[in-house]
Amino acid sequence: MGARSSMQLQEEEINEIQRETGFSQSQIVRLYSRFTSLDKSNNGFLSREDFLRIPELAINPLGDRIVHAFFQESNDDTVNFKQFMRVLARFRPIKTNQDKNKMNTREDKLRFAFKMYDLDGDDKISKDELLAVLHMMVGANISEEQLGSIADRTITEVDYNKDNQISFEEFVKAMEKVDVEQKMSIRFLN
Amino acid sequence: MIIGIFSGLNVIERDISISYSKGIRIQSISTDINDVKKKFDLSDIMYFAKCGVETIIEDDVTQRFSAEELPSWNLLSRTSYGYHYISLRLTIIWGLGFLARYFVLLPFRLILAVLGIGWLIVCTAFIGYLPAGKFKRELNQYVMLMCFRILSRACSAIVTFHNRENKAKNGICVANHTSPIDVIVLSCDNCYALVGQAQGGLLGVLQRAMGRATAHIWFERSEVKDRHLVTKRLKEHVDDLDKLPMLIFPEGTCINNTSVMMFKKGSFEVGTTIYPVAVKYDHRFGDAFWNSSKQGMIQHLLNIMTSWAVVCDVWYLPPMSKLDGEDAVEFANRVKSEIARKGGLVDLEWDGQLKRAKVKDSWKEKPQEEYSKMLKVD
Repeated sequence: MGARSSMQLQEEEINEIQRETGFSQSQIVRLYSRFTSLDKSNNGFLSREDFLRIPELAINPLGDRIVHAFFQESNDDTVNFKQFMRVLARFRPIKTNQDKNKMNTREDKLRFAFKMYDLDGDDKISKDELLAVLHMMVGANISEEQLGSIADRTITEVDYNKDNQISFEEFVKAMEKVDVEQKMSIRFLN
Repeated sequence: MIIGIFSGLNVIERDISISYSKGIRIQSISTDINDVKKKFDLSDIMYFAKCGVETIIEDDVTQRFSAEELPSWNLLSRTSYGYHYISLRLTIIWGLGFLARYFVLLPFRLILAVLGIGWLIVCTAFIGYLPAGKFKRELNQYVMLMCFRILSRACSAIVTFHNRENKAKNGICVANHTSPIDVIVLSCDNCYALVGQAQGGLLGVLQRAMGRATAHIWFERSEVKDRHLVTKRLKEHVDDLDKLPMLIFPEGTCINNTSVMMFKKGSFEVGTTIYPVAVKYDHRFGDAFWNSSKQGMIQHLLNIMTSWAVVCDVWYLPPMSKLDGEDAVEFANRVKSEIARKGGLVDLEWDGQLKRAKVKDSWKEKPQEEYSKMLKVD
């Protein structure tokens, strides 16, 4: 009876998360409520199943990669609330007051997007990795050859050191004209 | 010392949504994204990433399977999401409320419930002996209304009926489902033939009792799977004008009364006039939602009987029939929209079975298809 969302979140933990991520107190408390409602087994951790129980995430073609981003943060097969918040912090809008940007700088956001492509985590996007992600996005609707030529074209356009892979620096340069602030920010209320 | 009182409002403003029927929708872009044709860009992944993280923070579906959050506390500990120890005065008030609900209201309501059920069983047994005919039907109507009104008092139900000229006389009546109490609430005003699975225990006794006085449809568990059999029995019942209108809840499961979820097409294939009914509970007096994956029926009924009251509005909508060229699914969606609109509920296309079941992998195919249509391929 209401125990599900009882305040197991201590004041100090809230302050710590606030310092680290820049979220406001009320946002943290609200997100904690969400965290506990996803935590069906009530043990303070989220598992992969807990995430994929969200129907809209399960039908997202890149749902698995997004969930993976949370587990990369925790380096484990469970995600606790602090780790959960650290990932969400990337999507905070960028504030004009520089001091208020904790984990949500343009570079942080680009790094999140880069890691979605970088399947083996070696800090480079190879052609195979790009192909695999393209496959996730389009399913069976585009042929292998066409996907291959898209991947080739994309890499050629951004690959400056001609190693046939995209490094993070090359990725950042490629995204120069992209409005990353808008595309990778979520509008948090209050 | 007050710790965290939630306003029950949204945390974020959703921008991107992916649905398995409508594809990709982006609020912040004015043109319809589905009309755009562009070459692949590395930044495309950002749409999927942002949408995914948005749904992790707030999604349309999972919130429907738990009780609605209230803007301010209604002194029931079961609705104290995130409210913790607030103040001594409030705790005392809550304590008094607790005593009143459990030691004054509850015994009174239990007595009424027992009386109501007992009277129902006795009367239906008596009516069962009468020969079929007009007198039997009218007596059944009279008795049923009386018994359900007693039972509704047992829940302290205060129901306001709107547009009673649209009440169903035969055919099929469909309504959104929140709790088994829906049946009691609706049966205070009109007599229905109920449809459901045959149960054991007290519920089974009631089912058989009611079945003596008038025709209801109770399916065995095995029969439920046989779609043709179900449709056939429904059709037989509906074609007989002497029988009562059938009450069906096409969602197939209880939803928390903030939205209407997918209507199963079964009842819309029978080919008769549908009388939609919208039911909206006022949750400030007590949440009527039955979370069947968390609570048993007895505990739920106990919850109802220890709430302040069950206050609800019932709207009878004008009858609807299937249009030419419309199939059962489209018809079902049309009726669902009408009910959602009237009751002030969110109209969702998602299946209520997602309360327990998982999303099928094949549902990913629609967004994948939508995205690939957008891509300009050499």
